[in-house]
Amino acid sequence: MKQGVVPDDLTRPFWEAANERRLVIQHCAACDRLQHPPGRRCHQCGSDEHLGWREVSGRATIYNYCVVHDTPVRVLQQEQPFNVAVVMLDEDPGIQMYSHLPGTPVDEVPVGAPVEVVFEATANGQLVPEWQVVEGGP
Amino acid sequence: MNASRHPESFFRSEEGLGLWEHRGKVAAVGIGHSPTARRWDGRPETCVGALSLDALRRAMEDAGVDPADVDGLVMDPTTTTGAYWPRGRPAPEEVVNAFHATDNPLDGIAQLSSEWILGNMPELTDVGFATYGDGCMARALCIAAQAVGDGLTHTCLVLKSWHNFEGRYYQGGSNAGSDLPGRSALSALWGAPVCYGTALQFAEYCRKYGKTHDMMAPFIENSRRNGLKFPEGYWAQHRPEEITPEDYQAARWIAKPANLFDNDLPIMMAAAYVLTTAERARDMRQEPVYILNHASSRTRPRSLTPTLDEVEEDTARSARKIYEGAGITAGDLSFENMYDGFALFHQFHLEGLGYRGVGFGEALDFYQTDISIHGPNPVLPSGGNIGCGRSRIWMHTDCMQQLQQRAGERQVTGVKPEVAVSGGPMPLGGNFLVWGATPD
Repeated sequence: MKQGVVPDDLTRPFWEAANERRLVIQHCAACDRLQHPPGRRCHQCGSDEHLGWREVSGRATIYNYCVVHDTPVRVLQQEQPFNVAVVMLDEDPGIQMYSHLPGTPVDEVPVGAPVEVVFEATANGQLVPEWQVVEGGP
Repeated sequence: MNASRHPESFFRSEEGLGLWEHRGKVAAVGIGHSPTARRWDGRPETCVGALSLDALRRAMEDAGVDPADVDGLVMDPTTTTGAYWPRGRPAPEEVVNAFHATDNPLDGIAQLSSEWILGNMPELTDVGFATYGDGCMARALCIAAQAVGDGLTHTCLVLKSWHNFEGRYYQGGSNAGSDLPGRSALSALWGAPVCYGTALQFAEYCRKYGKTHDMMAPFIENSRRNGLKFPEGYWAQHRPEEITPEDYQAARWIAKPANLFDNDLPIMMAAAYVLTTAERARDMRQEPVYILNHASSRTRPRSLTPTLDEVEEDTARSARKIYEGAGITAGDLSFENMYDGFALFHQFHLEGLGYRGVGFGEALDFYQTDISIHGPNPVLPSGGNIGCGRSRIWMHTDCMQQLQQRAGERQVTGVKPEVAVSGGPMPLGGNFLVWGATPD
């Protein structure tokens, strides 16, 4: 099980939405651009006045992955080896999220396959977005 | 004196700036390395502060500079290799009391302030310019080069030091805890080790260009072979072991496709240089090595981790800045000596530079040719971090020594050492120096 999460001011909307099984990404209304990880300012225009949160579909594509055999995170060491993939959101392929790809065998990751978001409990009960390969996908 | 902040305008991070205004007017004249160790043994004389004092004094001795003539200091206050002093454990009094202490008892043990350095080097009586170059030696060198060129200091010490304690790499702190703050949880929850981002880029590189991890073996073998010829390096000093292709291919995975030998070994060490004006350099002990340009990348990835496209765009952009400010082309490079800690991103730097005409996706084939110090296309004659241990310093020292013709057993023999580039660390966000055996 993943470490628990203690939301901070910057990321609280993301984590609160996750607890409602919704995926939201920070959005700059001035640029009409998503950004993740969230920041105090828009990474493109520098504005701090037009930042908000936008709910996204929870559909994405596997961009890339590695197999972790030597993690520095203590609570995950007993689960080695495990996949750590990067998925890119359908709404904006520039936006990445990490995933252990629950249900996908180690080192059998279908790069380019569609995935959909699921929500998984961490050690303190906070839900976190995870991603599962869409069965029957192309 | 306490270090001041330097303006971001010190860095040449944009294209189109033209020739560096101080091209050939700043020179490196002294090199000082401390001994290396795998971890701190707890003695005052081996703490990171002591190693730093040793390196600084060796650099001035090498240059033949009177300490009273030094008027500048650029250094990195952060010294960790990924090892942190345990929270709540007091600093050992016998170490603290062995030195001129500052308000922070861990100064000289787990960090380094300019106040600590100057307090323990009473021979430095005239330092009026001191600033921090955070991150690595490349950044500190860029700052020092600009400062000397701008006349803020005429004889400047540049220092980078590293401490390493007991315990495994990055396995303390929040990684050992039960929960994470929200911002860092967005990436740290998944347990990827530090080499993960580079391993990802390498995986994509292999898929895109049809290459394999095994093709890295000649590079690794060459790096360790060169590193064992670096008497200041960790492996040469403590574990003179070559790496064969079979060793490399049999090594355990860390984050597949990155294995153990694709990662550099954290060590204790310090290194220092003396930079001065080209005019003053003429009277010093060593042949000057002239700085023809410095350049920096301030590119950030769009999201969590750089994509291969972002890496390739930025290494090409960095190369254009490097060449433009120095007034050189890729064809002028005598050898290639960019950063390598992790091994799996070295080819991005090399391809970005277009060293020997190598384009994107071609470096691993290039590694199958003669890349030794005796051939026409030397790659990483320093041995880099893979060959010498984690310091982010070797390529700078090696460029200077190669151009001074005092690299000893590492001296390149298949090319005339005239112009070289060093820098890094990562492909995005690095800092780079161009070195010349002559000022023009």
